[in-house]
Formats: sequence, structure tokens, C-alpha cells
Amino acid sequence: MLANYAFVGVFFVAAVIFPLIPIVAAYFLGPKRPTPTKLDTYECGLEAVGDIRVQFKVQYYLYALAFVIFDIEVVFLYPWAVAYGELGLFALIAMAVFLFSLVEALVYAWKKGALEWV
Amino acid sequence: MTRVDIVILIVKCIVLALAATGVFAYFTLFERRLLARMQNRVGPNRAGPAGFLQPIADALKLFFKEDVTPLLADRRVYLISPAFAIVPALIIWATIPLGMWPDGRGGNWLQLAEVNVGILYLLAVTSIGVYGIAIAGWASNNKYSMLGGVRASAQVISYELALGLAVLGAVMQAQSFSTAEIVERQTLMWNVVPQFLGFVVFIIAATAEVVRAPFDLVEAEQELVGGYNTEYSSMKFALFFMSEYVKLVAMNAIAVTLFLGGWQFPGLQTLAAAATQQYGFVIGNAVLGLASLGAFLLKVMLLSFVSVWVRATLPRVRYDQLMDLGWKVLLPLSLANVVVTAVLNVFLPDSPVVTAIAGLVIGTGILLATAAIGRPGKEKRRVTLVQG
Repeated sequence: MLANYAFVGVFFVAAVIFPLIPIVAAYFLGPKRPTPTKLDTYECGLEAVGDIRVQFKVQYYLYALAFVIFDIEVVFLYPWAVAYGELGLFALIAMAVFLFSLVEALVYAWKKGALEWV
Repeated sequence: MTRVDIVILIVKCIVLALAATGVFAYFTLFERRLLARMQNRVGPNRAGPAGFLQPIADALKLFFKEDVTPLLADRRVYLISPAFAIVPALIIWATIPLGMWPDGRGGNWLQLAEVNVGILYLLAVTSIGVYGIAIAGWASNNKYSMLGGVRASAQVISYELALGLAVLGAVMQAQSFSTAEIVERQTLMWNVVPQFLGFVVFIIAATAEVVRAPFDLVEAEQELVGGYNTEYSSMKFALFFMSEYVKLVAMNAIAVTLFLGGWQFPGLQTLAAAATQQYGFVIGNAVLGLASLGAFLLKVMLLSFVSVWVRATLPRVRYDQLMDLGWKVLLPLSLANVVVTAVLNVFLPDSPVVTAIAGLVIGTGILLATAAIGRPGKEKRRVTLVQG
């Protein structure tokens, strides 16, 4: 069983080496004729205006925060999902209470407007 | 572990990596031909018979293209991000059982690694892929790339939840994290019947997870030029392209494994038993292996066809629609699916058929109700004409 984790590791190494071959090959095969215009940042053919590392919508962060909360709660469901058949009714009720808190958090975030894209 | 085992393992790894690449190459051709047909065009058919050499020609062309690194880009991160995208896309395949070819020592030739937490591995690896896109967008130092990267991160994490909960339904059905066991448990009935709601949620969430049409806002050409890969060229661009497609096919393979019975089909065991009786153990195993692999590939191809079909049919959604669908529709639906599955399996543990039919009926009911509630309203659009 443990050897199977090693298989995954070996495949990971193979998967790392694998993309290196075409990149190196393209490095040697492709032409290299850089010009200042070619190396410029693309912005519809015009000169780039302003800094690129600009502020963007705070909404993205809100989604990220909500994701962290819910994802951690979902992780707790996984161990229960493989054992709930043997644990029976008590575990079902316990998990229902837990799920209720999850749903409650979702409803709260929803009503608070955290899930609105403005 | 003997030396032979190590050689076999390395050969398996190389074959799997090459197979994934080959699948990618021919999936692009399949998609282009099919899209062309759906749009009343012919599609690429010049290179080789029926365009069969087109992917090879495309790859060769990209090898001879100039690899441009923009001056303002963060060079090291810019270089490493294609690898961040492609490596997770490839290693997803490690724990998917592609078929059942017993090697006589309790193993399976057609599954690289059978780990008892295979599902957790799949979930972890599929979500790592977004790092490649996010840091590519950041490192390019281009506004389009940046926006594409940020959009991708928000989109992928939003659908991650629904995806994880939909997978949870399949896990609950088998009460195991092992991919091989989940397939094994679907001998009697594929999970798509008791987990119909989970299957639908999974397919939608998986499409969004691999940022594919109609959820491809990351590379919406009309707004973001090429999205996160605007500044990439030559082989680095090809690797991004490849990671997207390998991930798409891998997602379809996961859907087949979890919901469509994996490599199983009715009559497989009878066929294998008959072959064993007729020609002996080795041939019997080979028949079992090839038949199961064929069934698996056929199912994956069917789902891939659906992916292309969806791309040809549906227009791209707006960003707020995308987020609403993920958080306000799919997440509650997948939670409901978990609850329904749990209640049915705890109260009716000994009657799988009744549970399955009840699950199917309740799941379909919930889906129809959601569709009825979420249907676009018939309220009249108010059109104001502005003079002058």
C-alpha cells in the first residue's frame, strides 16, 4: 500500500521532467530576434498606460474568504462520509447540526450581500 | 521491490504521460472537427487523412516559434508558471483506474497507484492547477493577464466547494476514498442513478473548474484578448493550452470513475469468465483488461463530446451570473445532495435499489424545482428611448 504513494511520487517526477523537454527544445529550435517593440507589454498595440499592479475589486477577496470558511467546513464532512453508515443515527444528527451551521453561515453571507457581484 | 518492478513502474509512468499528451493532441482535433461540423464548416482536414496529422503539424509549428519574454515580466515566475499548470494536470491521472487488468499479484496494470485516499488526492491536485494560471497572470505584468489570473482564482475556488460536495456524494455511496473501490461498488448500479443531483452538479462545477466554455471568462477574447496567457508564446503557450485540455479530459475521466461506473459495463464479468474458460487465465485477464479499458475510454469520449457540444451551444455567462450560479445555486444544491444521500442511506441501508430510486426521484425533483425557481422572469423589459 505504501509503495503506491511512491508510485505517485515517481509519476510526479516524470510529470516535472516531461514539460521541460519541449521548453528546452523550443529554446534551441526557435529563432531569437528580439526588438524593443516585441518585448514590450501588449496593450492593444498602444503604449502601456500606468502601473499594472493596480488595485482590483474587493469582491474577489470576499469570495476568497468565504471559500476558506466553507472549504474547511467541507473538509470536516469527509471523514464522516466514509463512516456514517456504521455510526448510524447519532452521527447523522450530529452532522445535521454541523451542516445547519454551514447553511446558516451561507445564508448569513448571502443576506449580508457578500455574494453579490457589484 | 525488485529491479523489474522499478522498470515496469518507469515504463508505466512514461506510457501514462505520453497517453495523456496523445489524448490532448487528438482531443484538440476532435473538438475542432466537431465544432466545425456544428457550425456548418468543415474544419481542419488537409494534413493527412481527415486532418489526422493536424495536431502534429501544430506542435511542430510551435517548436519553431520565437519564445518572447516581455521585458517587464518577472522572469523566474514567468518561466515556472507553465510547469505549475501542466504538472497537476498530468499527475491527476495517477490514481484514476483506467481499466481492470489484474497483474496476478493483487495489483492492476491499468491503474498507476491505488492509494486509499485517492479521492482526496484528486481533489487536492485538481485545485493546485489554478496556481499556474494565477501566477502566470501576475508574472506577465500585463493588465489583461492580471485580470485573467484574478478572475481564474476567484472562479476556481468558488466552484471548488460545489465540486468537493458533489464528490462527497459519490464517496458516501461507496463509503470509501479509494477510487478502485468506488468503481468496484458500482457493479450493481452506476452512481449516476442514486447520485443524479450530484452528477449534474459535478459536471457543471467541473466545467467551471477547468475554465471552459461557457465559463471561460478567464480568456474571454472580446474583453481580455487571451487572458492569462496573452504574453506567452511558443512552447510555453502550448503547455498552458495542453494543461487546460489534459485537465478537461481528466475531469471527464473522474466523472466517469465516480458516477458512470468507471471501467465497468454490464456483461463484462461474464465476458471475462467465458474468455478465461475458453483460452486460459492470461487471455481471460487480457480480455478483461482491454474490454474494461475500451469501455472507460468510450465513456470518457462521450463526456468529451458533451463538453464540445456545450461549448458550441451555450454563450459565455457574465461574471456575476457565474458567481451567482456557483454560490447560490450549485453550493445549496450540493449540500442538499449530501443531506438526501445521508438520510436515505442511514434509514434504508439494506435496500440499495429502493435507496437509488428514491435518490433519483428526489434529486430530479430538486433539480426541476431549482430550474423552475431560477427561470428567467417574464417581467417586461422597460425600454426608454432617449431623444437627441
